[in-house]
Amino acid sequence: MIIVLRRSLLVLSASIMVACGGPADPPATPAPAGKPVDAATARPITGTVTFTGTPPAAEPLRMASDPACAAAAGPNPRSNAALVAADGAVRNAFVYIKDGLDPAYAFPAPAEPVVLDQTACTYTPRVLGIRVNQPLLLSNSDPTFHNVHALPATNREFNHGLSPGIPPMRHTFTRPEVMVRFKCDVHGWMQAWVGVTAHPFFAVTGADGAFTLAGVPPGTYTVEAWHEVLGTRTAQVTVGSDDVAPLALSLDGA
Amino acid sequence: VLATLVLVAAGGMVTSTNSGLSVPDWPTTYGHQMFSFPLSGMVGGIFYEHGHRLIATVVGMLTIGLVLFLGLAEPRPWVRRLGWLALGAVILQGLLGGLTVLYLLPDAISISHAGLAQIFFALTLTVALVTSATWRRPPAPPVDDDRLRRRLLALTLVVYAQILLGATMRHTGAGLAIPDFPLAYGHVLPPFWNAAVAIHFAHRLGALAVALLATVVVWNVRRHHGDRGELVRPALVLLVAVAVQITLGAFVVLTAKHEVVNTLHVATGSIVLGASLLLTLRAFRLRFDRPVTREA
Repeated sequence: MIIVLRRSLLVLSASIMVACGGPADPPATPAPAGKPVDAATARPITGTVTFTGTPPAAEPLRMASDPACAAAAGPNPRSNAALVAADGAVRNAFVYIKDGLDPAYAFPAPAEPVVLDQTACTYTPRVLGIRVNQPLLLSNSDPTFHNVHALPATNREFNHGLSPGIPPMRHTFTRPEVMVRFKCDVHGWMQAWVGVTAHPFFAVTGADGAFTLAGVPPGTYTVEAWHEVLGTRTAQVTVGSDDVAPLALSLDGA
Repeated sequence: VLATLVLVAAGGMVTSTNSGLSVPDWPTTYGHQMFSFPLSGMVGGIFYEHGHRLIATVVGMLTIGLVLFLGLAEPRPWVRRLGWLALGAVILQGLLGGLTVLYLLPDAISISHAGLAQIFFALTLTVALVTSATWRRPPAPPVDDDRLRRRLLALTLVVYAQILLGATMRHTGAGLAIPDFPLAYGHVLPPFWNAAVAIHFAHRLGALAVALLATVVVWNVRRHHGDRGELVRPALVLLVAVAVQITLGAFVVLTAKHEVVNTLHVATGSIVLGASLLLTLRAFRLRFDRPVTREA
């Protein structure tokens, strides 16, 4: 009886999967084949991301629904969505080359994984970059349950359960997408953002707002700074034979 | 019936707190069997989602008990069939609940889950009514009023359609597509339209239709059957429930979908449907099997 029920459920599931159009993986980006970047002519693009104006106040987080989270976070936990220093430096901005790269370049995906951990009921790091087809390890260092729910627009949506102590789960994105939102449905305040690119020219700003996109080949590019709360800013940059002047990307909430 | 109402409210709480995907697996919960999941893990969204699953399992077991009881004690075949129908509905409901989790809350499955919940509630209410002593042995000859029957049938269908519209609004995220009440962006009619605004505004119009129909029905009952307690009592419940429901609907908007207000709105919708169905069935009493008092 149970076997029949399971088979029926599988058939029903398959039918609904077809009807709903998912959750099949989108076609993978073809393995890159092309010319490598000439290190002798490549230059770094550096700069800082700042915010002009009054940054939004950090909202208090209500963690009482999970005692483990409340204990780990300490008194009066607040959101770390918008971290702006006194001098305006923006932390956790994702800076990347949005446009202008010669498609003839090849950027094989690194084999080493990027880790998105959950500690004290927050994602660590909150913002990260990863390459198409590079492994992403989803881990849970908390003594409580988390689910990791990715909400991409062009990649496949997924939702993994991570019990305490469970080994990290592995995922790869098959298409470039800036940004993919992650959330935990158990703890509504938990959010992370992952920038998936087909190239290595991205960075996440630290507390000083600084970034470095290393080894960029000559060319003219659109560089974008993205922040989940403070908005985006783009700039045109030309990499030539001389060093590139540092970029000053100023966000204004738009 | 009460357990089903609690289950509907628990389901409403899952949606209202956005906890539907806090347990990514099904029928297990983080790899645990239904009843072996540790109580200490009932935190955050898991509390609502796993709690909903536990209550649903209890309701499923109660439904199995109902079918067994009807099989043993109920002489009317159509009532026994109603029990089986309820069992089929609750099994399908469980499968829909599981599938909507596994497929990350597709609107079509989630709305079907919400719609079938009300059908199951209606089935359990019907079984409870037709197996009651007052149904089988009415203290007075049942009311025979064709106009009332037509109006009540229309009301029940409109209430159910309104519930489906509400479920569509909830699951497509259109609950705040019109952020003010009673006006719409300061106008009687929304100054612009898209799918979300249309669904939301249709739900408001549906509320108006339900309120008007319910008022007509209650007026009809009071005027022509004021001495019939079996109609007057549910009619009053209906009137109060509709008034409360519209107030709650307004507060869902004004509180930006406060989770408790939102859930009460879902549960009160069931009560409106239940009161309307109860009245309808009693108005149609003569069309069912003949009362025992007349068989003697």
